[in-house]
This record gives sequence, structure tokens and C-alpha cells, in this order.
Amino acid sequence: MEIFQAIANMTAAGFAQHLVNGISLGSLYALIAIGYTMVYGILLMINFAHGDIVMMACYFAFFGITAFHIPWYLTFVGTIIATALLGVIIERTAYRPLRDAPKNSVLISAIGASFLLENLANYLFSGRPMHFPDIPFLSSMIPIGGVQIQAICFFIPVVTVICLVLLLHIVNHTKTGMAMRAVSKDYEIARVMGINIDNVISITFALGSALAAVGAIMWGIRYPGITPYLGVMPGLKCFIAAVVGGIGNIKGAVLGGFILGLGEILIVAFFPAFSGYRDAFAFIVLILILFYKPTGLLGETTTEKV
Amino acid sequence: MLTVVALIVLFGLSCFVQGEVDAYIRRIVNLCLIYAIIGLSMNITNGFAGQFSLGQAGFMAIGAYMVGIFTVPVNLRADVFYAVPMNPHLVNIYMPLWLALIMGGILAALVAGLIGTPVLRLRGDYLAIATLGFSEIIRIIITNANTITNGALGIKNIPSLNDVRYIFLATAVSYILMTLLLSSSYGRAFKAIREDEIAAEAMGINLFHHKNLAFMVSAFFAGIGGGLYGALLGTVDPKNFLFTLTYNFLLIIVLGGMGSVTGSMLGAVIVTAGLEYLRVFDEPLEIMGVAIPLFRPGLRMVVFSVLLMVCVLFWRHGIMGTNEFTWDKLINFLKHPKFGRKKEVQRK
Amino acid sequence: MKKFVSAMLAMAVSAALIAGCGGGDKKADKGSGGGNTVKVGVFLPLTGDNAAGGELELRGIKLANKLHPEVNGKKIELVVADNKSDKAEAANVAARLIEKDKVKVIVGTYGSSLAMAAGNIVRDAKVPAIGTSCTNPQVTKGNDYYFRACFIDPFQGTVMANYAYKKGARKAAIVQEVSNDYSVGLSKFFKEAFEKLAGAGSVVETANYQTGDKDFTAQLTNLKAKNPDVVFAPGNFTESALLIKQARQLGIKAPFLGGDTWETQEFINVGGKEVEGICFSSAFDREKAATPEAKKFMEAYVKEYNGQQPGGLTAMAYDAYLIAYNALKVAGTEDSVKIRDAIAKTKDLETTTGMTTLNKDGDPIKNAVIKTVKDGKFTYLDTVTPDDLKAK
Repeated sequence: MEIFQAIANMTAAGFAQHLVNGISLGSLYALIAIGYTMVYGILLMINFAHGDIVMMACYFAFFGITAFHIPWYLTFVGTIIATALLGVIIERTAYRPLRDAPKNSVLISAIGASFLLENLANYLFSGRPMHFPDIPFLSSMIPIGGVQIQAICFFIPVVTVICLVLLLHIVNHTKTGMAMRAVSKDYEIARVMGINIDNVISITFALGSALAAVGAIMWGIRYPGITPYLGVMPGLKCFIAAVVGGIGNIKGAVLGGFILGLGEILIVAFFPAFSGYRDAFAFIVLILILFYKPTGLLGETTTEKV
Repeated sequence: MLTVVALIVLFGLSCFVQGEVDAYIRRIVNLCLIYAIIGLSMNITNGFAGQFSLGQAGFMAIGAYMVGIFTVPVNLRADVFYAVPMNPHLVNIYMPLWLALIMGGILAALVAGLIGTPVLRLRGDYLAIATLGFSEIIRIIITNANTITNGALGIKNIPSLNDVRYIFLATAVSYILMTLLLSSSYGRAFKAIREDEIAAEAMGINLFHHKNLAFMVSAFFAGIGGGLYGALLGTVDPKNFLFTLTYNFLLIIVLGGMGSVTGSMLGAVIVTAGLEYLRVFDEPLEIMGVAIPLFRPGLRMVVFSVLLMVCVLFWRHGIMGTNEFTWDKLINFLKHPKFGRKKEVQRK
Repeated sequence: MKKFVSAMLAMAVSAALIAGCGGGDKKADKGSGGGNTVKVGVFLPLTGDNAAGGELELRGIKLANKLHPEVNGKKIELVVADNKSDKAEAANVAARLIEKDKVKVIVGTYGSSLAMAAGNIVRDAKVPAIGTSCTNPQVTKGNDYYFRACFIDPFQGTVMANYAYKKGARKAAIVQEVSNDYSVGLSKFFKEAFEKLAGAGSVVETANYQTGDKDFTAQLTNLKAKNPDVVFAPGNFTESALLIKQARQLGIKAPFLGGDTWETQEFINVGGKEVEGICFSSAFDREKAATPEAKKFMEAYVKEYNGQQPGGLTAMAYDAYLIAYNALKVAGTEDSVKIRDAIAKTKDLETTTGMTTLNKDGDPIKNAVIKTVKDGKFTYLDTVTPDDLKAK
């Protein structure tokens, strides 16, 4: 059996390295998955363009540092703001006009928005990969007892947790957060209660996109080649992560992200012959979850209203 | 009467196209016809049964590979499988194109039946993602199954088919079969499910059975369409069937009108030919000797995606909505143009 | 039934309409050319997955056209068409170049599957095509009208295996981009040649990844445990640069070997100092101009693109144009079949990669140059001639 052989051959350092790889990938997925889950939680729609917002944020950061020579920390702040704006613009143009339309139309519009962003990036920035600038310290490697860890890998989980805590605070303990939850429970009633739905939704998108920007910056430092199609696969996988954790549930998204990230790495670690099927792993997990627990691991069970 | 005449006229037209028009136009016409089959097949699940599925690329891949694997002449196969030899059980099996097409359709339908059991319990967005996931899994399996599909190297030497008459007939047969299905009691059941699942179930419609049937029929015709697509290109490889391919058909049915058969046909023509026409945007443009820098490769796809967005945002029902184009309406319209238009407005 | 016919009618009418419009427009556009131009189709992926390669090659072709704008007193007009890295589009575009734009010869493309999609079309229409960097043997095999200016996969894989063995490697690992025909082809022939030299089992690991992947740490951690002397990892330069970067970060010290796709500035930009010391085979030697033509090409390129250095892809595209140009000149006619015959007879043509001769399949026979990256620049290491491989 191949798996036993793989385990027998694996040294402690090798296994630790796999774990580190998995955790750093997983926390990146988690960060992006939170954005998906937020928008879904409020609007009950998949923001298909989320992955492409990540891509655009990578380009913003890239141009900020290389073309305008803004110091990297300022660039990152600027990127987050610019991306949040982009998110709001997309919401205004692509989703708002369809708020009362059938769900499928919104889904199609989202696919269209994602397609547009990819083509626009390809047209504006060309298809040639660009190198995300090295950030002092964050890009360097730290060896710990035979395991190589990039400094950024320590930061990604920390940033993910900070974002998580901040977000949970906003959603659970602020007035805006209360309005968000109200909109997500029942949007007609929320409107009747005098909540400005348009504003709440815009804020949701701004927050979701700002998270995408944070994810994009981490992503760029960890995987420094940026192309117009870079958001496609992470976008899909992070969506799956959100579904696996229970879409609409922020903690679930983080859990789902880690499951996917670790799973993807460990499947290659234990079944090297299946390395070609690595990308199928996320989809298989998705289908299993949908089959056995369609609401996701941490999702609430809701019954369909007639 | 009118129908029979028109059918003969159309077949005559396809013969004329085959004989008189250059290979480029012929290719576009063929692609329109093939896309019409696939668009229509996607409309069965998405438009008629109301199940938002994004798995069309995967089913097309199954059909295309069936044609790719079995219609390559046996003596040319060693050239194709130059890296890894073909599976010895398959190497001597040859099928004529029509048989491979049907087998591809059947295999796609079987796979759909298998997938449908878990997936069709889902709704809306979940279903969309799950079917998209399956189409990616199919593609990844094809990429890795070297001895059967030649993996990433793809299959070449498929006898190429750029014959409008053949593809026209295939489209016609597929079309008639699908229309018959949709106008039968099954078709009405699909529409009932689309309008209200719970009400449909209460009326005694077996939801699972009907959804699965719609899904399988859709996969069958997507398989046929995929097979024709492979034969038209003369070569297949896994990268053809990325999930973005499905978006093309999504645009076709959205533009034509979800739930309209004639709409899908029109959509197929407009999208296929339109993409060709938009090619103007990729060429450098000079107005009075001054080159406009805006026009450079890539602009066309930007325009294309903007069009998709505009269409969804401002023209959600597409060209036909859920209406159909019929002779009666046409005649009616020609006789009383104003009256015809008024009727349209009232329907909305 | 009625519905069907009406739908078909509607389709036919709109198809005719749209096709008609397109046709009309084109004629108006190109009418000014008259009889004083020869049209050469440029068939490249300018958008989509392969856009990066397509763009670099377009530079080469445009530059070649600038330096060699006229043949037999006629101006050569380039008709650039984007095949969108998509096969259906590629087939359409090839047919369009031939039927609508009436090009006499086609130059392109990057990406073998795109070339194969156009294969039947150029053969049936009897218009010759010269591939720039479509390295899959299937492209030219059994097709009299498709030629190419680049190596084929088996040759490159074998060259690298021999080179690795010569440098003392006895244990090799392969990381292949399993969804990329180029990478799979090179890996397969590398493995064959290497195992022949170093014995069965000398390739200790074969790992796969998919195009577009960004994280390779799992595959690389497995690979590190096997401790190979050398890693063969051909693929797209975007993925390869990230792969090598991650390998170095994980502490893999073994040298990385690859194919000619790596020779682009972007590979070094993205890979940074981590790609120092890698080896790959190339046809084009930037430091030592192989021919006067190569010198001319390099000087013109540096001038045209503000001091940037040309890469192998650009050189290959330049060569493809030169082969077409030479054939047009020799044939002295615009008859595509005669042009084809002239291309097939290409012998000792002076190109940027040395003297080019096409064999009976339409593939060039030329030396391979082994290069490395040193101080952020591609540097010459060694030359391997086709005879070197036969001798072993």
C-alpha cells in the first residue's frame, strides 16, 4: 500500500514541513473565504467576482510599490481602501439593479462581473506575470530545526485571527453590525424598520473587499507572481471553503479554509501518486459536504419557507 | 405545410452554404449550429426545469473524447499516443462518427445520472457550484488518464468534419427530439418544477425523477454537441473544457431567453457570430491617420463581457423571454404590426 | 415542428446578416492594399492563458517585419489575429486569415494545441504555416503544411537528460505540469533518456501540478525527502518561477533543469535570486551572436524596447518570420503551394539561432544551447549538437 510506504518514508521534519505548508495555505484560504461568507450571509448570493477582486488588489499593491514608489506599509493601506471602493462600485453597478430580480439573474451578473474584471486586467496590465515586490523581513525564510518557514507564514494566521476578531466585533457589537444581521434575517422587515438597506449592503461589500485586499497582500507576498487569472482558482476554492464551513458563518469560513488548505497538502503528502488530482480535492470535499451536511459544518439548519 | 417547405428550403440553404461559401463562413455556421445544440441542452435544465447547472463543459468533454478516442483511424493512433501507448483494449476499437456521437451522449447521460443523485437535492447557488465542481473533476480525470485520453497531449488526427449538411441534420434531429420532450407531459412537469417546486410536488410530480431526467437529457445532448465540436476542430485536449467554456452557453441562454427554445437558437447565432464580429476591436484602428491607442488586443473580450453585463442588467428576459417564435405570431405580426406589438406588451 | 423551422430560419437569416456585415467591412478596410502587398498572417494567443508568450512572440515578428519589410518589390503586410489561447477560436481565426484576409503564409503560434487546431485547416486550404514555439511532435507529423522554427519536445528532454548525466547527476526527480502538453512531453523523454543512461529507477520521483497552481510546497516537500541530484521541472515560466522559488525556500539545493519557455525576463523577475544557477536548453544565444542576422536582431530589439534584452521566444518568432520571408523570396510568387515547397526546402538559412535546415517532418535541425541564470542574466553554459546525442 502506497500510503504506508509514504508514512514510513516520512521523517518528522518532513511531516512538520507539510503541516506548516498546510497551515499557511489554509489561513490564506480562510482569509479570502471570510469575504465570501460575509456577502453571502447578508445578501444570500455568491459574489463570484470575489476572487477577481483579490486579483485586482494584487495589482493595486504592485503598482503602488513599483510604479508610484509609495512605501509598502502605506501602499497596503491604500490598497485596502481602493479595493473596498472597487467592491462598492461592483455592488452598485452589477448587483444593486438586480436586488429584486430572481436569484439566478444575480448569479449570472456575478459571473459576468468576474469575467469583466479578468478581461479588463488582461487588457490593461497585459497577460505577462508581474513580480510582487519583496517586502523586507516578511519575505525572508526562517529555519526552525530542519523546517523552513517563510516569515509571512507566521503573520498570515495572526492576520486572519485579527480580521476574524475585528469582524466578529463589528457584526455582533456595533450598530452597523446589528443592521447587517437584521438585513440578513429578513430584508423586507429590515427596510420597514427604517434600516437603510443600500448603505448596509455597501458597507458589507466594502468590508468583504477590504478583507479580500488583506488576503491579496498576503497572497502576493507568499506567491509573488501576479497574472490576470490569478483569482480564479483561489476564488473557487475559498468559496468552497466557505460552503464547507457553513456559508454565512464567519468562524465556519475559517474552519473550512484550514480544512481545504491542510487537506490539499496532506493528500499530496500521503498519496504522492495523486498529486495530479490535487485540485479535484476541494471539489470532492464540497460534494461530500453538500451530500451529508448541506448547511456546512457550522451552518445553521434552516427550513425552506413556503 | 409551411413547415415542410421551410425545412426543405433550409436544407437546400445548408447545401448551398456547403458548396458555395468559403471555409471560414462554413466554420462559423457550423459552430453556431453546434452551440445551438449545447445552448438548448443547457436551457433544458436551467431554463425549463429551473435547476441552475454549470456542468455543461464536463459533459461536452465526455462527448468530445468519445469521438476523439474512437474515430481516429487505427493506423494513426500510434502517432497520437507517442508518449504513453494507448490502452491495448481500446487501441483497435474503431467507431464511425455517428456511433461515437451517440455513445458519447449516452456516456454523458450516464455520468449525469450518477452525479444527479446527490447533486440535484441541492438548490440555486449550491447546485451551480456543485455541477461546476463535477465538470472540473471530469476534466482533471481526463488530464490524468493518459492511456485512454493521452492526457494533456490531447488527441489529434480526428477526421475533421466541416460539413454544414451533416451538422445541420444533427442539430435538426437533436432539436426535434428536445422539442418533443419539452412539449410532452414531462416538459410541462419541468416547467411546474421551475415555477414552484413545492406546489409541483403537491400535484404529484416526482421531483427527483423529473429533475434527474432533465439533467440526463441535457447531458446527453451536451455530449452530442461536444462530440460534434471535437469533430469540427479535429483535435481535443483537456484545456478546451475549462469551466469558463460553460459561460459561453450561459450567455447564449441568457441572451436568448431562459426557457425559450427559439431564443437559445438565436442566442447561439448572436454570440458565436458576434464574437467574430467584435474582432474588429482587437485590430489597430486609425482615424484620419492617427492611431487610436485604445484599440489593441484584449479590448474585444472587455467589450464582450460588458455586453454580457448590460444584457443581464437591463434586459434580463433576453430576446425571447419564455416566449417562442411561431409562424402564427409572425403572420399575425406582419398583418397587424401594431396589434402584435401590443400583445407583447400586455404579456409582460 | 413549426417552432423548429422558424428557429432555423431565424438562425440562418441572422447568420447570413452578420457574416455579410463582417465581410463587407473587411473589404472596405483592406481594399487600399491593392496589388503591391503580400499578406502574412500572424496567428498568436494575445489574450487568455498564453497571452504572455504570445505577446513576446508578436514583438519578434513585428521586429522582423520592420527589418525585412519588402520581398520581391512588394511590401509585406502583417495581419495580426488573436487566437485567445482557445482551440475553437484558433480554428476560426486560422480559417479567417486564409479565407477572409487571403494571407499567403501564416506565422505562429505559441502553444501546440492551438497549432493543432489550425493544422487541418491550413492543410486543407494548402496555405503553409510556420510554428513559432509549438513543440509537440504531433503538430508537424503527418501534416505537410505545418512547419516550425523551434525544437520538438523529445529533443529538448533528451538534451537535458544527457547534460544532467554528463554533469554527474545519477538520481533525478521530475516535477511536471500535468495539464501542459509541453511539460508532459519533455518530462517523458527526459525520463526515458535519463533511465537509459543512469539505469532503471534513477528517476526517483515524478510529481504533478496543474496549470495556474501557485502552491507547490506539498510536492516539493515530498521531493526533498528523496534527495535527488537534479530536478527536471519544465513548464510555463510563471508557474516554474514560483516553483523554484518555493523549492529554494524549502531548502532544496539540487539544481533545477527546464526547457526553453523559461527564457523570458519575467522568469527572472518573478524568480528573483532563487532562480540563479538553474539550467535550461534554448536555441538562442544572446551573448554570442550566432550569425550576423542575430546581431542585427539583438541591436534592433534593444533599441525598440528601451534597453530590454530579447528572449528565446522572441527570437524563435523572428526566425519563423525569416523562414517565411525567405520562402516568399525564393518562390518569387504568391502561390501558396509553391511557397510551401520553398519552405520545405529551407536549408542553411541564416537565422538568429544559427543556420536552420528543416527535416522531412518540417522540424528544424539545430544545436541546443544550455544556459543558466547568473547575476540576474541568462548566461551561456554549453552547446549540444544533434550529433552529440547520437554518439551515446
